Amino acid sequence: MKLSGGIILSASALAMGLSVSLNTSAGAAPMHRVNAQAVLGVEQLDGKTSKYPRRLSEYGFFLDKAGRLPAARVIPYALNTALYSDGADKLRYIFLPDGAVMSDAGEGGLLDLPVGSAIVKTFAFGETYIETRLLLHRADGWLALPYKWNEDQSEATLALVGARMELTRPDGETISYQIPNKNQCKQCHVKDKVVTPIGPKSRNLPREWFSDQASAGRIEAIPAVHDTVPHWDARAEVADTGSLARGYLDVNCAHCHQPGGSASNSGLDLRWEQWDPYAVGIAKPPVAAGRGAGGHKVSIAPGDPDASILVYRMSSTEPGVAMPELGRSTNDAEGISVIRQWVEGMNPAS
Amino acid sequence: MTRTVLAAALLASAAPVWADNHTIAPGEGAAERLQEALILAEPGDTIVLEAGRYELTEGLSLDVEGVTIRGAGMEGDTQSILDFTNQQGAGEGLLITSDDVTLRDFAVENAKGDGIKSKDADNIIYHGLRVEWTAGPKASNGAYGIYPVESTNVLVQDSYVRGASDAGIYVGQSENIIVRRNRVVENVAGIEIENSNFAEVTENLTTKNTGGILVFDLPGLPKVGGGSVLVARNAVIDNNTDNFAPEGNIVASVPAGTGVMVMANTNVQVLENALVNNDTSHVMLIAYTQPYTDQRYQPRPVDVVVKDNVYGTGGAKPDFEGGAMIAGAFGGALPPVLTDGLHQGLQVFDAVNVATLGLTKVGQSRAEAAPSLWTMPDADPAERLARVTMPDGMEARLQ
Repeated sequence: MKLSGGIILSASALAMGLSVSLNTSAGAAPMHRVNAQAVLGVEQLDGKTSKYPRRLSEYGFFLDKAGRLPAARVIPYALNTALYSDGADKLRYIFLPDGAVMSDAGEGGLLDLPVGSAIVKTFAFGETYIETRLLLHRADGWLALPYKWNEDQSEATLALVGARMELTRPDGETISYQIPNKNQCKQCHVKDKVVTPIGPKSRNLPREWFSDQASAGRIEAIPAVHDTVPHWDARAEVADTGSLARGYLDVNCAHCHQPGGSASNSGLDLRWEQWDPYAVGIAKPPVAAGRGAGGHKVSIAPGDPDASILVYRMSSTEPGVAMPELGRSTNDAEGISVIRQWVEGMNPAS
Repeated sequence: MTRTVLAAALLASAAPVWADNHTIAPGEGAAERLQEALILAEPGDTIVLEAGRYELTEGLSLDVEGVTIRGAGMEGDTQSILDFTNQQGAGEGLLITSDDVTLRDFAVENAKGDGIKSKDADNIIYHGLRVEWTAGPKASNGAYGIYPVESTNVLVQDSYVRGASDAGIYVGQSENIIVRRNRVVENVAGIEIENSNFAEVTENLTTKNTGGILVFDLPGLPKVGGGSVLVARNAVIDNNTDNFAPEGNIVASVPAGTGVMVMANTNVQVLENALVNNDTSHVMLIAYTQPYTDQRYQPRPVDVVVKDNVYGTGGAKPDFEGGAMIAGAFGGALPPVLTDGLHQGLQVFDAVNVATLGLTKVGQSRAEAAPSLWTMPDADPAERLARVTMPDGMEARLQ
């Protein structure tokens, strides 16, 4: 470590620490509070928080060590259709700082969460927590950080370089599970070089959730467009396979496959709002797929899932072929089945 | 200034105030130490890879501006090898997503997807790198060896790529590009410039590929309208390897024995190359053959200049349907320069025969070819393309 750097840091920490203690003495709140400084990445006098807090508990998002009980203003939410992550269960929360209000002003109805907010997502298999991923809205933009839970489920620590582990799912299958590193978090969460949330879009959030938020004053009003992406868990009752499939592709693929995303150069745009058949992949030849094309000539061959690169890559677990490239070491049989049905139902002549 | 990266030390010291060297040694935990150094690097830092073999099971990535990754060498006794033979995740070996990055003097072996990819990473230098699939040409190899895409100011030099199942060096959807003094061997395409503008491909050796140098433009991509590409002073020799690209990819349609191929580009100059023993044709000009709806797209080769090249034998075993018959019509070998007839503004100043397939419509089947010799109509010679230069100070990063 360099001494000079340390001295500079301590000096700034001192300044920050003073302002913090002034604030807290004025507020004098006895109850548990989320550590807003940790969310913002402000160095504190006690040295506990920094740019990259080492422990999840430093943020105080939860009342208990096990991370089961969300603190005040840590709001649970669920998505209609969610990203497949090897079958992990996900517990999602939005932290809104005091007095903050969200809106749906982001692209595609993405929730606009003010600086100081955070999105907290825990990945679990059964009762076992594996990792908690954070998106922190700091003054200089969003930052994505992964935290890995310990064996006795009492703390999660920063896993800047990610991790890979063997684990046995509740269904008995042993899988090679990957916690993404910080850069890999960004690979999915990037739009025009800047880190952004992906999931919480008004179209993919249920109406009841919005009415709860509106009555609690956390959003001005229920967004005009909301709850339009089908509820995946109730897919048996969804008659429109197209909308089911497009919802799935939007959530599982479009974070990269859109203009400004990590796979923008492919020209494939799988966003919910994209209606140009070619951009969605229909009769579109691959660009840089390499062996990922699997000998197929187009991303989607109407009527023929077995000749569609999209289905081929969803159905592979091999690096260099498998899509998404990150966060999946097993196939999503349910997702594949919906996409196959959708492609099968397309008229080859159209 | 050199110091060994210690995880704890780096985590504790948030912001170095000057550029630093972080030296990584191979061995236990090297993959984690290296990825951590790449994440925690500050602009201006150098990640030094000590000589040896780094066994990697995950893809590596760098997202910090102005960082140099420097190894001990790309080949020979002292080299730093990033070995992805047992890679389990990610679509490439090494991914760069930040500007002003310098990659030099190391090797990447057997990546499961692409070798080194840089996306939206301006002012990037690839220097003295070896990217290789060590079992040689195989369809199961990764697609691209060196793969900068969607970037401005790209310099790829003094590198070696072998075994890519698409292109050894592929520059896509980029601008202001220099690819020079590289050796590309046993790839499907040796060097490919695609949907890009203002590129110089000079003084490379491309040999034993399926096609030596390709200058392509494809429809339906964020950036279309490739052009202003100089292909000069390259040795394009013996590119007769059977096409081993997985079907579906555009390069899967490149005939074995292709020297330089220009498709759907404007202002391409093929000058002063040595074109030797390419069995289909030394220089081929073709229009895009598949259907497309992109209104921006220009499918023909336009304003291509072929001048001052040196031609060896070639064209005796054309690798496309009906090729042998056409070769027969020309006395046993295709002429050194071949156009499908859909070019506009072609100028060939070399004293060699030029064959045309006589197609008249874009998308027309080659079965309808009416081959003949082509003669250049009178026209003023095109001006030489302006030189491509990198921004001030960029190449100085290599000193």
